[in-house]
Amino acid sequence: MGTTPEMLEKFRTKAKAVSATVVEISSMAQAIAYTVDLCISKDACQLLMSGCEESLSDKGKDLCELKEWNKIIAAPRLSDADMAELVAQARDRQVAVIKDGLRNHLAGIDIGFTVADHGIAETGTLVLDSSSEELRLATMISEIHVCVIHTSRIHPSAESMYGQLKTYMNTKPNYLAFVTGASRTADIERVLALGVHGPLELHILILEDN
Amino acid sequence: MQHAKNLSEYNKELREALDNTFLRGAMDKFATAYPVGRANAFSGYDIDSLVQEVVQSKDAAIGQLDTLYADFKAKAEANGVHVHLAKTGDEANEIIARIAKDNGCKKIVKSKSMTAEETLLNHRLEEDGLEITETDLGEWIIQLRHEGPSHMVMPAIHLSRYQVAELFSQVTQQDQSSDIQRLVKVARRELRQKYADADMGISGANFAIAETGTIGIVTNEGNARLVTTLPRVHVALAGIEKLCSTLEDALKSLRVLTKNATGQALTSYVTWISGANECQTGPNGKKEMHIVFLDNGRSELAKDPLFSQVLRCVRCGACANVCPVYRMVGGHQMGHIYIGAIGLILTYFFHGKEKAKNLVQNCINCEACKHICAAGIDLPRLIKEIHARILDEDGHPLPSLLLAKLMKNRKLFHSFLRMAQTAQRPLTGGTQYIRHLPQIFAKDHGFKALPAIAAKPFRDRFAELKPHVAAPRYRIALFSGCVQDFVYPEQLEAALKVLAAHDVDVDFPMDQSCCGLPLQMMGEKKACADVASQNIAAMAGEYDYIITLCASCASHLTHNYPFLLGEHDSSAKAFAAKVLPFSAFLVDVLGVDADKFTQNHDRATLHAPCHLCRGMGVVEQPRKLLTIGGYEYAPADQEQVCCGFGGTYSAKFPGISEEILKHKLTDAGRTGADVLVTECPGCIMQLRGGAEKNKAGFEVRHIAEVLADHLKK
Repeated sequence: MGTTPEMLEKFRTKAKAVSATVVEISSMAQAIAYTVDLCISKDACQLLMSGCEESLSDKGKDLCELKEWNKIIAAPRLSDADMAELVAQARDRQVAVIKDGLRNHLAGIDIGFTVADHGIAETGTLVLDSSSEELRLATMISEIHVCVIHTSRIHPSAESMYGQLKTYMNTKPNYLAFVTGASRTADIERVLALGVHGPLELHILILEDN
Repeated sequence: MQHAKNLSEYNKELREALDNTFLRGAMDKFATAYPVGRANAFSGYDIDSLVQEVVQSKDAAIGQLDTLYADFKAKAEANGVHVHLAKTGDEANEIIARIAKDNGCKKIVKSKSMTAEETLLNHRLEEDGLEITETDLGEWIIQLRHEGPSHMVMPAIHLSRYQVAELFSQVTQQDQSSDIQRLVKVARRELRQKYADADMGISGANFAIAETGTIGIVTNEGNARLVTTLPRVHVALAGIEKLCSTLEDALKSLRVLTKNATGQALTSYVTWISGANECQTGPNGKKEMHIVFLDNGRSELAKDPLFSQVLRCVRCGACANVCPVYRMVGGHQMGHIYIGAIGLILTYFFHGKEKAKNLVQNCINCEACKHICAAGIDLPRLIKEIHARILDEDGHPLPSLLLAKLMKNRKLFHSFLRMAQTAQRPLTGGTQYIRHLPQIFAKDHGFKALPAIAAKPFRDRFAELKPHVAAPRYRIALFSGCVQDFVYPEQLEAALKVLAAHDVDVDFPMDQSCCGLPLQMMGEKKACADVASQNIAAMAGEYDYIITLCASCASHLTHNYPFLLGEHDSSAKAFAAKVLPFSAFLVDVLGVDADKFTQNHDRATLHAPCHLCRGMGVVEQPRKLLTIGGYEYAPADQEQVCCGFGGTYSAKFPGISEEILKHKLTDAGRTGADVLVTECPGCIMQLRGGAEKNKAGFEVRHIAEVLADHLKK
């Protein structure tokens, strides 16, 4: 059973409802171009790591100064061909691409670029096998997380994909992430704020592959 | 946290909370926003069946916690995780302190865990000189303020942006603006440094799946992901009730949890960790991972036929969100460490009688929590049950004992009420209200005019009032309850007229007494059961229905009698099956028609009594009756929220009762109605007293009265 247009529409609606940006693309090359463009066009204030423009304690500032002031895209688990494409496109625009060593960039990276393993239409959720520590960090310490999802990988609900989910859980060890929108909090006066610990923005690129 | 030694100290703390304007404003906003968000999240779902699935899967797990623990342990250990079981909170803390020591850890980052709050883990670890930083924004804020959480999901909901800005200014030694977005960024940056430095991460767990040895963690901020990823050691602390058999079970709870907690279809992150994962700074590139399961009385609780349901709780916090008392005073007064209705119960089991004894009395019994609970827990009943247990252990206070003695004996009780009628004369000045309160009551109880006891109770006038019905369609027994019998006989009189006009033959069995609910509220369970038996015997005639105009009586007779007298008492069940509230009888059985009533469309608004709309599930009938009866029904905001009466509650906690009442009167006033209609004499006592005292500009009347007014001659 493939992904129906209704499921796709639901996925899109639900993801947007949690402030994700949802874009249709037709190829990985296009996804990569989108990501590099996004990195270039990032707001000047976001050139600084989010938070570094605020008044911080001396300890807090230390980490900000560690940041190298050129822009970085982290793409830990891309296929060789896609990685080559990303590096080629990024090099022309003076954007650095890394695939490992993310612990050296805890202060933050501009974009984490990933490909989702599955999507859940009911809640607009991305499912990422995050057993690789580099992948985990790329989706946590980046200011923007850009994630490609193939339409064929979208399921109606978590309940409709028990088999797949259990396969991950039985592949020990495993770290499986459901990601629904950007990192958020409402802990101060119940006012919504995005990007409290993880990404400030989530961009979902839907790649038609049916 | 609870420090009050007695009810009077507790009432002082409640007063302070009531006087906290910021808290009140924040709570009000939340109380009105939450139901909307929740309804959106559940739209298109059958909530009841989702909740039932949670109930079944949780109950199944609670029945086999030992097996689930053994299975989980085997699976997780096969994948490099160390699994521990702690009998007590102290034991759990010691295990975690030892893990820190053995691994040479100095700095700890922690994501939210109510279980760690339960064991006061941070205090223990700080004794060893460890630096612990809470990374959930709300938890970090209250940690810096040395406070406990005031809500299970939003721990710092009691604080303003200005308080947070001041706090962050101290922490960073820099001036901070009160802009929330900027404050969040400051926290992001300050805490990122903490993750970078930490060598140990402590998390909670929402699920522990035995089948795969997986833990599931639900967060919005994503802090748990960093806590479980960056430091080389990870310890997860969870109550043993978080164990479930399969992923299917976990997903059932997850579906309801996030929608009920924050009105989200799903939180931003749900993290499933199976085994010790890659960690570049860990030994051999692997995480040193431990899971500590906490018992702390849970396995005993699991065996208790009534209280085992407590372990179903998924910690969504919804029981606080809808609690009218929580709305008035916030979580620091409505819990010890665990907050809200479930908090009242868990405090008794996890933190002891001393911490719980005042708290469990602060339930107004409106049942809003029971009806919102993600796991179908009968919270108000359990709270009353604990109150009764504490009284049995500690001794019953004198007023409670006297009430029990008095009410068990109907004749004595009724003579007492008759005497009170005579004694009150100097206080009423001949009006329907007690105009001057004796000084001992005056201080906190003056917020509403109290009604006077009627000159002649209904029972003394029934013979003369009883209409003759030539060809009765139904024969019913009227159950009056004591308030209508002795304070508001005119409501029963009105009902007689309406019923006679619809060819209903009414009997009023004279041996009936108080329904017994006040006894239950006071924790006098034994006397309550005695009164139930007496009433069942009194109402044993050949009646089609037992009709009551009192919502609280209706709900108590229907739901509590079979419970009090035991599952096997068939008389209680048969009795309960005959009980119907007045409006339900008129609409559902009699099918009353607009032709019988003058249609002048006076504007009327409704207050839905807790025990009618939730207790009896009667919601639409009173609305229909108003329209049929010739009124224009003008819905008020929060129609189904408690009026603040709660029987003996309003006498025990007058400050809270008064504030809840104010909201109610304001909402009713906004509709521009001439009359506020309801179907419970208790609510009328509260609302009419408040309307009279505050010159609200509308009348407060029973639905039987407004219908009788419009009855065509």
